Amino acid sequence: MAGDNITLETRGLTIRFGGHTAVDKVSCAFSRGVLTAIVGPNGAGKTTYFNLISGQLKASEGTVILNGRDITGLPASQRTALGLGRAFQLTNLFPSLSVFENVRLVVQAREKKGFDVFSLARSHSELADEANAILKRVHLAELADYQVSGLSHGDQRKLEVALMLAMKPAVFMFDEPTAGMSMDEAPVILDLIAEIKEQEHATILLVEHKMDVIRTLADRIIVLHNGALAADGEPAEVMKSAVVQEAYLGREIADV
Amino acid sequence: MLSLISHDTPRSKILTVILLAIGIGLLFAPFLFPGSRSMETAARIAVFIVLVASYDLMLGYGGIVSFAHTMFFGFGAYGIAIASDTLGRGFSSLAIGAIAGILVSAVAAVLIGLISLRVRAIFFAMITLAIASAFAVLVSQLSTITGGEDGINYQIPRELTPAFKLMSAKIFDVSVNGKLLNYYLLFFCSAGLFLIMLRIVNSPFGSVLKAIRENDFRAEAIGYRVVIYRTAVTSISAAIAAAAGALYAIWLRYVGPGTALSTEIMVDILLMVVIGGMGTMWGAVVGATVFVLAQNYLQPLMQVAVDATKPLPLIPQLLDPDRWLLWLGLLFILSVYFFPTGIVGRLRKNG
Ligand SMILES: Nc1ncnc2c1ncn2[C@@H]1O[C@H](COP(=O)(O)OP(=O)(O)O)[C@@H](O)[C@H]1O
Ligand SMILES: [Mg+2]
Repeated sequence: MAGDNITLETRGLTIRFGGHTAVDKVSCAFSRGVLTAIVGPNGAGKTTYFNLISGQLKASEGTVILNGRDITGLPASQRTALGLGRAFQLTNLFPSLSVFENVRLVVQAREKKGFDVFSLARSHSELADEANAILKRVHLAELADYQVSGLSHGDQRKLEVALMLAMKPAVFMFDEPTAGMSMDEAPVILDLIAEIKEQEHATILLVEHKMDVIRTLADRIIVLHNGALAADGEPAEVMKSAVVQEAYLGREIADV
Repeated sequence: MLSLISHDTPRSKILTVILLAIGIGLLFAPFLFPGSRSMETAARIAVFIVLVASYDLMLGYGGIVSFAHTMFFGFGAYGIAIASDTLGRGFSSLAIGAIAGILVSAVAAVLIGLISLRVRAIFFAMITLAIASAFAVLVSQLSTITGGEDGINYQIPRELTPAFKLMSAKIFDVSVNGKLLNYYLLFFCSAGLFLIMLRIVNSPFGSVLKAIRENDFRAEAIGYRVVIYRTAVTSISAAIAAAAGALYAIWLRYVGPGTALSTEIMVDILLMVVIGGMGTMWGAVVGATVFVLAQNYLQPLMQVAVDATKPLPLIPQLLDPDRWLLWLGLLFILSVYFFPTGIVGRLRKNG
């Protein structure tokens, strides 16, 4: 967690919905090459924290800093362009477009070709090639021409991850990437996360409930409780701490 | 040929035949259907194909509901009228009028878009309705410039009028005069505008529009600034509507609220989009053709039916030409009921 490797930082990040404070003065820095697991019970504010970082929600207070730049006021699209990658907890794709087109759109956005009105979209073979390569990585190449709405839940989750890969972001934010996936599908995603961690020297934020996943992948754990940062540290350390036992892990601590 | 239509093939045999028939029919209209009434119909179809396609660019591709499309059409039409009226007849007046109308239209659309497209879609729709109504009132008030409710009659270059004879001989019994030139000016400009739109919807920009229509939240999340794209497509659409208005004004040599601004035209555009099929440029071709033909020929057709059914009770009364609007409405309801995705959507489904 070396200081000069910091890519993403939040300072006093807060959002209130009416009287309810969903994220409460969260200050935290994330470094390159580190996978941080974010844990906490349902409703703790993990997804909301992500939404504040990637720009789907506007903070009531506090700042978000990406690569030294204050991005708190920027719209989501610009944050994405600056290297913030986000995969959603609830699958959120382009349902009537093809699997291939979903990925191609992301590559096209990253290459800033969206305002080209004169060329044919299909003539950009470099975009298509890259989209196909990404589909291969997530084992969706055979389904490239299928309409997304017809895909199984597991395949939609894979596509969700494929879209983030296509962004080539500096920061990867996974929000329960394997939720609802079957035992034989989940490893595809988990292997990918491990692969990204090895190869891309990326900053990875992972919201995950499964303890065995956290144990194998995480370099660091932060705990959110009622929207506030309740613990932060090495996995073994955090899992042992009293606050985590009480707030989240409960009896599961016995397995550690 | 394929690249001319941006590889956007009709994807249905029947549809291909229908589109070819419409295209050939319009291309050779002066020779196939001589007579001023059918020429008027053909010109109206060509202009409305462009107008409806430009509206569909916004509605069917961008997912934006606007009620100001007639206003943009009017900008182009009044541009021609006012320029020809004040600067005098001439090609330079036409050029100045058309360019001014298109520019005003594009800029107005950008302003309306930036003010209101970032908020809810319904708000944008209401804003466009308010602005279009205000503009219509303004046009009727500023009668010294716009001619008010009476509109403006103006002169266009002699080369585009029947008085100008290109050659004394006739081709297929049709005299080669300025009116014919005027028709082909309108036809080829319309065709060009249509092909440009076909290219736009199949460009990278068009693919972003489809993504925004599908899921604007995610489109923003993957890096497309949605409000800018929506504003851009609104502006392009408005500029093309103005160009269509300019072409129609050159053809009609008259512009007034009834031909270029009325809410009736706005309703017609909506009906044509729905009948033809939203979200496909070919839908505009089919929708505009079917609708304009029905508008122009339903009444005479009904008269024929009345004469044929004279001895029968009740039926002649029902088919009275004065009831043509009722039948047009009925046709519309039936077509929406049986072809919810429009005629083009239906034909494509059948392969
Ligand atoms: N848009 C919203 N409006 C009102 N309340 C919200 C909104 N989004 C989230 N919340 C509330 O914020 C809290 C945190 O939710 P969330 O971030 O989804 O939790 P987690 O992802 O940790 O399960 C919950 O109580 C939720 O009801
Ligand atoms: Mg959540």
